[in-house]
Amino acid sequence: MQITIAINGKNYTRLVDPDTTLYTFVRDCGCYSVKCGCETTNCGLCTVWMDGTPVLSCSVLAARAAGHEITTLEGVLEESKQFTDFLAAEGAEQCGFCSPGFIMNVLAMKRELSNPTESEIQQYLSGNLCRCTGYAGQMRAIRKYMEVEA
Amino acid sequence: MYTIRQFLRPSNVEEAYQALTAARNNTVLGGCMWLRLGHRAIGTAIDLSGLNLDAITDTGDTIEIGAMVSLRQLETSELLQQQYGTLFRDAVSGIVGTQFRNTATVGGSVYGRFGFSDVLTALLALPAQVKLYRRGTISIEEFAAMPYEKDILESIILPKQIYAASYQHMRFQATDFPVLTCAVSCRDDVYRISVGARPQKACLAYHGSSPDAQRITDNLNFSSNMRASADYRRKICPVLIRRALKEVQVCR
Ligand SMILES: Cc1cc2nc3c(=O)[nH]c(=O)nc-3n(C[C@H](O)[C@H](O)[C@H](O)COP(=O)(O)OP(=O)(O)OC[C@H]3O[C@@H](n4cnc5c(N)ncnc54)[C@H](O)[C@@H]3O)c2cc1C
Ligand code: FES
Ligand code: FES
Repeated sequence: MQITIAINGKNYTRLVDPDTTLYTFVRDCGCYSVKCGCETTNCGLCTVWMDGTPVLSCSVLAARAAGHEITTLEGVLEESKQFTDFLAAEGAEQCGFCSPGFIMNVLAMKRELSNPTESEIQQYLSGNLCRCTGYAGQMRAIRKYMEVEA
Repeated sequence: MYTIRQFLRPSNVEEAYQALTAARNNTVLGGCMWLRLGHRAIGTAIDLSGLNLDAITDTGDTIEIGAMVSLRQLETSELLQQQYGTLFRDAVSGIVGTQFRNTATVGGSVYGRFGFSDVLTALLALPAQVKLYRRGTISIEEFAAMPYEKDILESIILPKQIYAASYQHMRFQATDFPVLTCAVSCRDDVYRISVGARPQKACLAYHGSSPDAQRITDNLNFSSNMRASADYRRKICPVLIRRALKEVQVCR
């Protein structure tokens, strides 16, 4: 089937199988920031935004995303820089494999919640797993980032 | 991962139902989060996302939750909080993560009648009704107990009345499947108490005006699975019920 999906403001038309995932589609369109960790909806590495809402691209069908606006990290590089500077300053990354999905969800959280408590932050991000860091540096970076005026 | 031969986005429920019943392996898609873990060979995948079933609507004397409403909508709906307090928020906020709940649907969660379902447990504590395209509107208790049949779940209908309600669950780790779930609601001194993840699917364990946590537990069946033994569940069940009753009494 032929579908068109807008990714980071540009339309991409492709022939896909009905069971092609959005993850495969965005990677085929050159968005290599999007990673796949578990393929079972648990790790959050494959997070992209669909019409501004974070979703797991490993589990959304490309056919269902047709006609919607998809945003990957490549589409919000400037917005993400503020946060990634804090991540770097706090030494909050090791291998960095989880970062693109994590950053997409932190940016979505900043847009959605004003003044979240520590436990609201933890709950919002509970679907983003990191096998290296233990989350302490990430939490420091998030707290600093949340204080920055939007 | 499942395979799909053909993808269909019907423009009305009749078309969706016709497609569903046209072949044995035709399947309705909810959020696909559960389907995704299986290995079904789906003939026609029927996408309900074009049917305007994704809203929580105040109809005057009821609140209608469309089948394609996401668990995140359930969690953040002010309309639901006004009527039932934090019942739905507390029931779903422990399910995997925000991105997951943005996609998993109420229709898929209720139709699935999963043993571990937090959603089914919460709904059973209210006099909820399930609107099915072919069978019509039936109570959530009847739906939970009946065998699977091919139908389209269109919405969940709740009375628009204020209930004091509480949701309790036991999980060994945040975001894991629950070991036991319990929901209590109360209105005009009548309590509804549901217990789920026993690990059998949730049931309405009590409906009346003088609940006794131990007696309710004694009337329930529990089993063992990889998460906990039947004995363990039987011991924590009255604790969860008592906690929920306490919370409900404070709300009132
Ligand atoms: C890793 C993981 C962890 C989970 N943890 C929990 C948990 O802790 N607590 C909890 O309560 N739940 C949990 N769930 C279940 C989850 O919350 C959803 O209930 C589940 O994903 C089904 O919702 P869905 O929208 O994804 O449905 P789908 O996967 O799309 O569909 C599920 C079934 O329902 C059918 N269906 C869907 N919509 C309709 C409809 N409108 N009419 C008729 N049939 C329909 C489908 O054909 C399919 O058979 C978990 C799921 C996963 C994958
Ligand atoms: S790869 Fe999608 S959630 Fe892990
Ligand atoms: S930094 Fe390695 S998984 Fe997060």
